[in-house]
Amino acid sequence: MLTAIAAFAVLASLFGLLLGYSAIRFHVKGDPIADQIDAVLPQTQCGQCGYPGCRPYAEAVARDEAKINKCVPGGEAVVLTLADLLGKDPVPLESGEDKPKALAVIDEEECIGCTLCIQACPVDAILGAAKQMHTVIASECTGCALCVAPCPVECIHMIPIGEDPGSWKWPYPASVHHPLPQLGTA
Amino acid sequence: MQQLHASKTRQRLWRFHGGIHLPDEKELSTGRPVTGAPIPAVLTIPLRQHIGEPAKPLVRVGDRVLKGQRIAEPQGYVSATIHASSSGTVTAIEERPIPHPSGLAGICILIETDGLDEWAKLPMPLDNYEDLDPDVVRERIRWAGIVGMGGAAFPTSVKLNPGPHQPIRTLIVNGAECEPYISCDDMLMRERSGLVIRGASIVMHLLGARDCLIGIEDNKPEAIEAMCLAVAKSDIKDSACVCTIPTFYPSGGEKQLIRILTGKEVPTNGIPAQIGVLCQNVGTLAALAEAVLEGKPLISRYVTLSGRGIEKPQNLEVRIGTPIKDLIQAAGGLQGEGRRLVLGGPMMGFTLDSEQVPITKAANCVLALTPDEAPDPGPALACIRCGKCAEVCPANLLPQQMYWYARSKDLEKVQDYNLFDCIECGCCAQVCPSHIPLVQYYRYAKTESWAREQEKRAAGHARARHEAREARLIRLEEERKAKLRKKKEVLSKEPAAARAETGPKGTAVAQDPKKAAIEAAKKRVAAKKAALAEQGVGPKNTRDLTPSQQRQIDVAEKRRAAAETAATQAAGED
Repeated sequence: MLTAIAAFAVLASLFGLLLGYSAIRFHVKGDPIADQIDAVLPQTQCGQCGYPGCRPYAEAVARDEAKINKCVPGGEAVVLTLADLLGKDPVPLESGEDKPKALAVIDEEECIGCTLCIQACPVDAILGAAKQMHTVIASECTGCALCVAPCPVECIHMIPIGEDPGSWKWPYPASVHHPLPQLGTA
Repeated sequence: MQQLHASKTRQRLWRFHGGIHLPDEKELSTGRPVTGAPIPAVLTIPLRQHIGEPAKPLVRVGDRVLKGQRIAEPQGYVSATIHASSSGTVTAIEERPIPHPSGLAGICILIETDGLDEWAKLPMPLDNYEDLDPDVVRERIRWAGIVGMGGAAFPTSVKLNPGPHQPIRTLIVNGAECEPYISCDDMLMRERSGLVIRGASIVMHLLGARDCLIGIEDNKPEAIEAMCLAVAKSDIKDSACVCTIPTFYPSGGEKQLIRILTGKEVPTNGIPAQIGVLCQNVGTLAALAEAVLEGKPLISRYVTLSGRGIEKPQNLEVRIGTPIKDLIQAAGGLQGEGRRLVLGGPMMGFTLDSEQVPITKAANCVLALTPDEAPDPGPALACIRCGKCAEVCPANLLPQQMYWYARSKDLEKVQDYNLFDCIECGCCAQVCPSHIPLVQYYRYAKTESWAREQEKRAAGHARARHEAREARLIRLEEERKAKLRKKKEVLSKEPAAARAETGPKGTAVAQDPKKAAIEAAKKRVAAKKAALAEQGVGPKNTRDLTPSQQRQIDVAEKRRAAAETAATQAAGED
């Protein structure tokens, strides 16, 4: 009887030590789920979800404080991926439909060089200095539209990106075959 | 003749999985000899005719260009040069409809031809290519703007540079031309077999390949005969072999042809160079031989015009940039009702919305199909899981599973089933009893996956930039705070130190020249005042005062005294 108790006590303390050691040794810093969610988000940092950037939204979703359908630029694809990742049911986008992608373009005639847009840009995609004309580096612009509101002369416009043969995607097939377009006599 | 027979039968053949028999319909267009298409009034030459970056224009509107003149240069490594295919004047560089399944427009150079067809000065032929550095020959091929003419339009100079870690043993010449209707490679092999073989010889020399296998389907006996003769007459007769392969779709697919001729499988997501094989289309080899041996760039190609909607189906030698409408006219125009224009073959081609689109380097066939030839398959029905698609898939895939996942937009899952090994041959859709447009689903899933991949890369880039910005802002804020703290420290130290040494005034004067000047001026004024007071002269405004003025002065003096005492008290407390 006593041996059994002693043996279990020894075993329990051994395992306790082992667990305690591994809790310290293999401690994971940060929140891996938030990291995974952040990796899915489009990183526009636009704040349309109501959080100041993608990372805070990812953390809120990880804490189950925010719904998964708030990311406007991510669209349906992000909702589906997040639903898959978190084992939740996919829900329709809060903002309705997917918005077409756009780029910010500064009307250089009207720009007064106030630098307000430069301060607003989350990815440093606007180039310029005080009292100098500003311009958007198109390859870096994420289309978040955060620079539009601060502009005092309203010279920034969001121009939708048109489709070109290089970026064109085959459409999702219609469930019913449509008759093929027929050409008239040439 | 004995030698011919030997070169035809030496090779053992293998089979690939799946595939289907299709009515070949080639005799429609092989009955007439190949003629040159007339020079069109306007050439529309797209800047993106190849895989990779579009070319960059070298000419401006209004320039006169000559036939064979470079009008656009490659941008980046995977890109191709573009040449004017006839002489004339550049009238515009703008967006025009191009042959693309989307029907979208692309940037084109428009040349109004002058009918003279005047050649530009061409570079020297490289007849002695065997003695030259392979890089010189490769540079010539790049200059000539040669791309894969079987349909993929991958820049040939890039393909011919597989790198030292991938030695090429076998060159495979693709003359299979397995799709119905198309006969341009057949006609090319009949008429220019010598050029094709010389092209093969150049490529073998460039790559150091030891064997050359020429795969031709057995429904082209004339082409086989011509190629055998050309091989027998060539300098590669010992290493080259014309292999007659059964007519079976899609034996002309790169991986399928390699399997048939060598028995080797190209690894998934891999390229043939990994197994020491390189595959070239016969049209590409002919163009390459012309570039190296005659100094001519790629400005024309053989195009099949066929289908029962065309009056006189035939093959034409067409200048790149000729509108399809002109070609149809050259082939006697359209006939019949309700026909469908297709660019490429009936299995892998796409419907054209406009007859204005030009012929590009990769365009091998224009079809005008009557409703009998291309019947409307009717509405897609539910998948009954019959498995026929998997039986015919030449890439050994599971089309049914890929269909389910593509339909539910599960792009990860569909990639797990090796979506990217699909060659879009259309066998599965052809045999599907439910008429499901399977290839459309795979194309959707492929382009969507590429777009997602690109978005992911862009997101990673944006994240890095955002994090860098955040870090910079924090750093700047800290720097600002540190500066403030330092300033405060200096300010708070200074007066204490000053008081400890010589009193507030002394140090301040000693330290600041401005303050010193003020003190000096004050002293001068005080000395002057004292001198005047000695003489009994006071300031004018202190003499003959009215009682009210005197009162005001008293009040002001009192206020000043109070303020001074308050100031000294405050300084003391500080």
